[in-house]
Amino acid sequence: MTQIVEKVLFSEKVAKFIVDAPRIARSRKPGHFVILRVDEKGERIPLTIADADREKGTITLVVQKMGVSSAKLFELNVGDEILDLVGPLGKATHIHKVGTVLACGGGVGVAPMLPIVQAFKQAGNRVISILAARNKDLIILEDEIRKWSDEVIVMTDDGSYGTKGLVTAGAEMVIQRETVNECIAIGPAVMMKFTSLLTKKYQIPTQSSLNAIMVDGTGMCGACRVTVGGRTMFTCIDGPEFDAHQIDFDELIMRLGGYSDEEKLASERYF
Amino acid sequence: MTTNKEYLLIEREKEWRVELRKKIANKERTTKTRTQMPELDPFVRIRYQDREVNTGLTEKQAVAEASRCLDCPNPTCIDGCPVSINIPKFIKYIEQGSFLEAAKTLKETSALPAVCGRVCPQEKQCEATCFYTLKLKKDPVAIGHLERFAADYERESGSMSVPEVASPNGIKVAAIGSGPASLSFAGDMIKLGYDVTVFEALHEIGGVLKYGIPEFRLPNKIVDVELANLEQMGVKFVRNFIVGKTASFDDLKEEGFQAFFVASGAGLPRFMNIPGENYNGIMSSNEYLTRVNLMNAASDEFDTPIIKGQNVAVIGGGNTAMDSVRTAKRLGAERAMIIYRRSRDEMPARVEEVHHAEEEGIEFLNLANPVEYFADSKGKVNRMRVQRMELGEPDASGRRRPVVIEGSEYDIPVDLVVVAVGVSPNPLIPSEVKDLKVTKWGTIVVNEETMQSSIPELFAGGDIVRGGATVILAMGDGRKAALAMHQYL
Ligand SMILES: Cc1cc2nc3c(=O)[nH]c(=O)nc-3n(C[C@H](O)[C@H](O)[C@H](O)COP(=O)(O)OP(=O)(O)OC[C@H]3O[C@@H](n4cnc5c(N)ncnc54)[C@H](O)[C@@H]3O)c2cc1C
Ligand SMILES: Cc1cc2nc3c(=O)[nH]c(=O)nc-3n(C[C@H](O)[C@H](O)[C@H](O)COP(=O)(O)OP(=O)(O)OC[C@H]3O[C@@H](n4cnc5c(N)ncnc54)[C@H](O)[C@@H]3O)c2cc1C
Ligand code: SF4
Ligand code: SF4
Ligand code: FES
Repeated sequence: MTQIVEKVLFSEKVAKFIVDAPRIARSRKPGHFVILRVDEKGERIPLTIADADREKGTITLVVQKMGVSSAKLFELNVGDEILDLVGPLGKATHIHKVGTVLACGGGVGVAPMLPIVQAFKQAGNRVISILAARNKDLIILEDEIRKWSDEVIVMTDDGSYGTKGLVTAGAEMVIQRETVNECIAIGPAVMMKFTSLLTKKYQIPTQSSLNAIMVDGTGMCGACRVTVGGRTMFTCIDGPEFDAHQIDFDELIMRLGGYSDEEKLASERYF
Repeated sequence: MTTNKEYLLIEREKEWRVELRKKIANKERTTKTRTQMPELDPFVRIRYQDREVNTGLTEKQAVAEASRCLDCPNPTCIDGCPVSINIPKFIKYIEQGSFLEAAKTLKETSALPAVCGRVCPQEKQCEATCFYTLKLKKDPVAIGHLERFAADYERESGSMSVPEVASPNGIKVAAIGSGPASLSFAGDMIKLGYDVTVFEALHEIGGVLKYGIPEFRLPNKIVDVELANLEQMGVKFVRNFIVGKTASFDDLKEEGFQAFFVASGAGLPRFMNIPGENYNGIMSSNEYLTRVNLMNAASDEFDTPIIKGQNVAVIGGGNTAMDSVRTAKRLGAERAMIIYRRSRDEMPARVEEVHHAEEEGIEFLNLANPVEYFADSKGKVNRMRVQRMELGEPDASGRRRPVVIEGSEYDIPVDLVVVAVGVSPNPLIPSEVKDLKVTKWGTIVVNEETMQSSIPELFAGGDIVRGGATVILAMGDGRKAALAMHQYL
């Protein structure tokens, strides 16, 4: 059982949870994620470890309400318990000093991006972060990202905050303005696909953290398989981060819809 | 252990055994026919994922079957059992009506007799070397069914013998993974007085026994009783803990663990790498069975989704393939097919499972191999192309090699495909422990006698050492490792 020690609502659909997980707080590295199951009937869902406090023995998760499982978690409050939580999973991000890093985060993808931004900054890089979302309410973790960035650009689809436009517009502006040595793109699969196409054009090495559908998270089931450089990889053990220019995003997008009929039924039953 | 010939002879010469042998003449014993295992009607059972197919021998049937056993002076059956169960002794106890004694005999060597009686490939092991099979060319004594009977009888009697535990010696040891290898290791170590903790990555204890083998073959409650027993003896179970990730071996050493038994299984599913294999509706048997068995996906009350196919193709011919295809049938498939590239004779699955599958209306497309998948506009599989095969010369494994018949491709409509073509060793531990010697297949290298790896305090067994093997071999490894670790410490 894992206790929730703090909950902060970012918007109607996005919340931050700080949970008690001393072991994971100690062993996790940027890029790692956990898998949790809210209750007996629950699904195992992956969530990135957005932050951790070794002293307090806590980790931070940011969750966006999507379907039944994320909604169940979203509704929990301080003092409530999560039945199962396991981690840290996945490969840690390869952090190194490269010069200037452009970090593009879309929607809830900013959560997994936060620890990576922090680590790149601490490794001595110049970090420019772009936060993008459909509207102002969906921009999350802005203060935390600012703390570890030399510059932050906010983009919204409807112009309700920051500059109006897609994440790629902001990214291209930066790329044309100065030398970018490495790019990170994390967010909805479509957003990562187009960001990756852009940076490929400019030949900037790019990493993306994929949100494939998972079950166990330990390499046992293959639900999370993606094609990278023509080879089938398992997101949970070979990733979740891959060289974005090698990822078959269209396949990823297709596979994310793999259970959409079943999920729709589940939502109808639940909501 | 009971491999010792002298010990077997002493046991055999005990008065009760001699008496029993005299009661019925061997001639008469050998004229009896093998008792059939009662089973649920196929039409009934295919509606339930959780009703066991074999319903178990009655006391009368068990005694009758036990009386077929000749209590041979040279019980060759024992040579076929990987853990050398004293087979005639337990069978004769059944013949005598001392069912609890029979169960006790089983437990001298096997940690999970109720499990092995159900899932051992008996026809290739103990029953293959029974005198009836070897010399009389008749149906062997139903050793597996009798084993199951005795274990079930004991469990249902409510008077399960909890083995004696030595007084605690305060030495902490860890088992990694909670499959049969770890469970038998833990049972032996706790008896020797060690402080044993079993770490499991998933949220349930039991390994393949829980997430893989379906309830219609091995009910969870049977595994749970064994787990409760171990817990009662003092074994600690820690769920949601991945050794090498949640904590490293060094962390655990710092916390006082002095030796480790790695039994992390062969969890990595293989795919065939053919075009279209990543379409939706195509998944590994591990994913399919885990969703159904571990996550209860077939029940509406549970959140994990499952695709319930109408035309289901399962690729492969092993136990995992049989379990998957029979599960699909139970979840409502109209057509549930096995697609296997060799012929029925080469199928590695237990004979009983293949037989049950046939009774349940499973179609067998033998000598066929998938070459490509096709999907609708949303990326959901709707058709597969298979190629016909014929059998050529035997290969290294002694099985005849399937050869492609050129130009024989044809298409089959499918909406769910389960790939069950084997598993590779779980790479987690080998990749987290530097200096650990592994083979080119990724299995951990151990000394066969002691199960000790290239790192002295690290022992290993089960599928992580053997590749996909069997429950009984995994258990045997657990026992060997326990004995060797005890000597090492
Ligand atoms: C490594 C990893 C890290 C992740 N980190 C986070 C995180 O920090 N915060 C967060 O909110 N989410 C994260 N996700 C995504 C999260 O796991 C899913 O949103 C969640 O599983 C959805 O479950 P659900 O039952 O609520 O929705 P479902 O009912 O399963 O799905 C609802 C809708 O969401 C889509 N969907 C399903 N699964 C995913 C998915 N994995 N990603 C995107 N869309 C999906 C479906 O197509 C469907 O339309 C991460 C995923 C991975 C693989
Ligand atoms: C569907 C199916 C049907 C089968 N049918 C039969 C049958 O009829 N008869 C038969 O004899 N055999 C059968 N087998 C094979 C048999 O189940 C296996 O050989 C046996 O379970 C192997 O046992 P094990 O203890 O080595 O590992 P497993 O049972 O595989 O258990 C390993 C456990 O370790 C956990 N783990 C892995 N890494 C870590 C880590 N780092 N930290 C913590 N935990 C970890 C895993 O989550 C898993 O639970 C079947 C297998 C399958 C998949
Ligand atoms: S454990 Fe398996 S091989 Fe040994 S006697 Fe029992 S059924 Fe036969
Ligand atoms: S070989 Fe067969 S008949 Fe002989 S003791 Fe063993 S089970 Fe009985
Ligand atoms: S989630 Fe099962 S293999 Fe990755």
